[in-house]
Amino acid sequence: MTATEARPESEAPEREIGKDRRRKEDQRLITGRTRWTDNIQLPGMLHLAMVRSPFAHARITAIDTSEAKQSPNVVDVVTGQDLAETQGVLINAWPITPDQKTPTHLPVAIDRVAFAGEVVAVVVARSAAEARDAAELVDVDYEELPAALDLKDAAADTVLAHPDLGSNKSAYWVFDSAEAGTGSNVEDAITQARDGGIVLEREYRQQRLIPAFMEPRSTVVDPTGEQLTVWSATQIPHILRFALAATTGIPESKLRVIAPDVGGGFGGKLQTTPEEWITVALARRTGKPVKYTETRSESLMAAHHGRDQWQKLTLSADREGNVTGLKVELLADLGAYVSLVGGGVPVLGAFMFNAIYKFPAYHFAVQTVLTNKTWTDAYRGAGRPEATFAIERIMDELAAEVGVDPLEIREHNWIKHEEFPFTTVAGLEYDSGNYEAATARAKELFGYDELRAEQRRRRESGDPVQLGLGVSTFTEMCGLAPSRVLGQLDYGAGGWEHASVRMLATGKVEVVTGVSAHGQGHETAFSQIVADRLGVPFEDVEVLHGDTQVSAKGLDTYGSRSLVVGGEALVKATDKVVEKAKAVAAHLLEASADDLDFSGGRFSVRGTDQGLAIQEIAGAVFAAHNLPDGMEPSLDSDATYDPVNFNYPHGTHLCAMEVDTETGELTMRKYVCVDDIGNVINPLIVSGQVHGGLVQGIAQALWEEAVYDDSGTLVSGSFVDYLLPTAADTISFEVDHTTTPSLTNTLGTKGVGEAGTIASTPAVVNAVVDAVRHLGITDIRMPCTPERVWRAIQDAGSGQEPTTGAAAPHFDASTGMEGTVDRTAGDAQ
Amino acid sequence: MVRINLTVDGAKVADDVEPRMLLVHYLREKLGKTGTVVGCDTSNCGACTVHLDGTSVKSCNVLAVQADGGEVTTIEGLAKDGQLHPVQEAFRECHGLQCGYCTPGMIMQSVDLLKENPHPSEDEIRLGLEGNLCRCTGYHNIVKAVQHAAGQGEAVQA
Repeated sequence: MTATEARPESEAPEREIGKDRRRKEDQRLITGRTRWTDNIQLPGMLHLAMVRSPFAHARITAIDTSEAKQSPNVVDVVTGQDLAETQGVLINAWPITPDQKTPTHLPVAIDRVAFAGEVVAVVVARSAAEARDAAELVDVDYEELPAALDLKDAAADTVLAHPDLGSNKSAYWVFDSAEAGTGSNVEDAITQARDGGIVLEREYRQQRLIPAFMEPRSTVVDPTGEQLTVWSATQIPHILRFALAATTGIPESKLRVIAPDVGGGFGGKLQTTPEEWITVALARRTGKPVKYTETRSESLMAAHHGRDQWQKLTLSADREGNVTGLKVELLADLGAYVSLVGGGVPVLGAFMFNAIYKFPAYHFAVQTVLTNKTWTDAYRGAGRPEATFAIERIMDELAAEVGVDPLEIREHNWIKHEEFPFTTVAGLEYDSGNYEAATARAKELFGYDELRAEQRRRRESGDPVQLGLGVSTFTEMCGLAPSRVLGQLDYGAGGWEHASVRMLATGKVEVVTGVSAHGQGHETAFSQIVADRLGVPFEDVEVLHGDTQVSAKGLDTYGSRSLVVGGEALVKATDKVVEKAKAVAAHLLEASADDLDFSGGRFSVRGTDQGLAIQEIAGAVFAAHNLPDGMEPSLDSDATYDPVNFNYPHGTHLCAMEVDTETGELTMRKYVCVDDIGNVINPLIVSGQVHGGLVQGIAQALWEEAVYDDSGTLVSGSFVDYLLPTAADTISFEVDHTTTPSLTNTLGTKGVGEAGTIASTPAVVNAVVDAVRHLGITDIRMPCTPERVWRAIQDAGSGQEPTTGAAAPHFDASTGMEGTVDRTAGDAQ
Repeated sequence: MVRINLTVDGAKVADDVEPRMLLVHYLREKLGKTGTVVGCDTSNCGACTVHLDGTSVKSCNVLAVQADGGEVTTIEGLAKDGQLHPVQEAFRECHGLQCGYCTPGMIMQSVDLLKENPHPSEDEIRLGLEGNLCRCTGYHNIVKAVQHAAGQGEAVQA
């Protein structure tokens, strides 16, 4: 089951890789010694407040800033018109088709707003409170326009989100296995199955979600030095620098972007934002340091949202349940603008609907659609949770149709462990995996057979609380990404990563990485990797990141790429340091390099007791008194690594849900997951990534949804209404691993950042549906609230008799809180 | 402007503040106590939790003037003489934090929870932390950290 490669024992006395090191980051974070962007105070710093449109779609007819300008300590009030020449424009890095319709996205709208929350004016004042006060005094006249809100209506162009574009349809992107030569024709498969086989046609809804990182976004811009310094709560300092330079006319070399401590992202800070562009523009305009920090309501309303798709699936199979074809038709809501990744999010899902199953034929099509709602982009998993949800839901439906256990139908169709490497119908080569092993371990931990027996007992006894078991055998592609593949998909950049390793004179090591952590624990995990490879103490490694003047090259953190791409760059840079040091060691030890062994941080001459530690060599290179002829006095090394393939973590997640059929109340009883993420650098960090990912995925299944009213106002615009789960809503999880090392990187690792989120949503919904399937229910839309569950039971006609009349126990003031009043007659006041 | 006098993390401070100023803004902007953070504007998230006269409060829900004459402890005053508070230590030991943004509030609330109930069950811990949101950890390791700290409390008493 486990196939972890053994390393020779002599290599390091105590291996760091695999150890559950406590995190280096934590000492600061648990004592409040933090550097969040909003903590930054600079001399003479000014503060911004945004005036935002209350309308989803409107023409701006007039803006009167005169009263706001008179407000105490207000320095300036500007409109889009005032900034027209300097504000730049927000980019879409991934036009998924050459003819994609992409509305111009200005930081401050000039004559028309396209979603409620769009910025129309900006106040600059000496304090944040004074800026906010004055923002209330800006008088904007709007002429309201009809708003395109509902995704399906918008796709039919009933109302235009951007009238000048002539259509809401932004791009239509297709992958077809017959055309690509990776499989056969899906229509043929479906036609064939209609005659005696099984054809399942289902439509699933991916509701709109809000990433809801805990640290609100904040940007500080200091224009007082030679370079313009931008601090921002972002996942992507390097991409931000590039995009600012590309659109504002500021030379890239005059821009320094710093992502200091960043409080979570989950894709939500994988964005180039209007607020960043506005802060840059006003720092340049005023010549003073400027700060903007959003409120939580602004964050929920105007920071990008995630998911929001309709998914139409047609699955064909023979009577035994062997899948023969899968056709996927998506509608994806872009919101008002095509964001940084934009339509690329559903495209990232295109290769994952076939999942771990051997479909011979596959067709995927997505229509991206513009609406007058908040723009959407990546949210943890980005495209892959949507794909995994749909396929794992419909595989359960296939199991029900065939009349077998959901695990049996999966086993019937999945790639066997001896079939790796396996080229899928979507054209990807899965390098390694063992679905049988992960599933066997998960079943054992879960007590699958016992729980199935309990489920049967409850069914038979007519227990009002029914038990459901949900399965999700997910895989995902992560480690974004081979640049060649990104180029083929028309993404605007590459997917490489950069690292530098610097040997300091005192023997300490500085590691510079181009990835940019915001909670992932890179400082700890990367220290472990470098400590092992250089043989230096874990404590002696300092990991630097998130400042473009320190980390000059990088493509930042998203898509579970930091370890599998950034870590590999680090391995390559570290190995170069060792190579350089070896030449010095051979010179100083007067030995042939071929006779040297490197182990535990020491070069030793084979067969002798002579040797030198790498720290001693670092000191000798610093002094540079006695180096090999022609050698530069430096051990420092860089590496830029472009991945050769994605990697494919997988796992089996099992969830037990109890459903009260009288009230619709849901209780999670047990959740077990066994993930194969290859070799693990730090099991403690991995477990944290899994737990947190699980809860985000579970929250999509049960609680979260961004809801708009009929006029396009976000009604779930605060944490009162947008239901983030609390400690009291969640349970403790059982997490375990099986291991098949990835073959696409030296460390044998696979990504883990998104795995929990991708896997858990269908496991939970499958469990909920499984609990009530015997009542004739085959789907419940997410989030599966008690109300939706209750209604599904009622609509299926199998619920309890509705409570009527005086049987309803209403304590009522009119009876001194003692009696009950029959309200059904409508006469109780 | 209103004059207030209070003790924050053991130091006496006095300032003139606007009556509308929230305690969290006073701590962050006037005193530079940026360890305490703001995560929402509806008192849902608890990131700003501090102790006021020995009880946990959401400092976005208290006016600075209400703290006049009081004693405030923030995350920055919890460690004494270079020694981490057992709850701080437990959060690190159990990996009860990732990005760390909710952590100051989470730790301050956990300290208060354990003061009220030194031996809480898992359910009691989960209910006691209901007013503090975390987006990274899924709460699993936060609950473990509080359990760990509670266990340490026993060891110290024994």
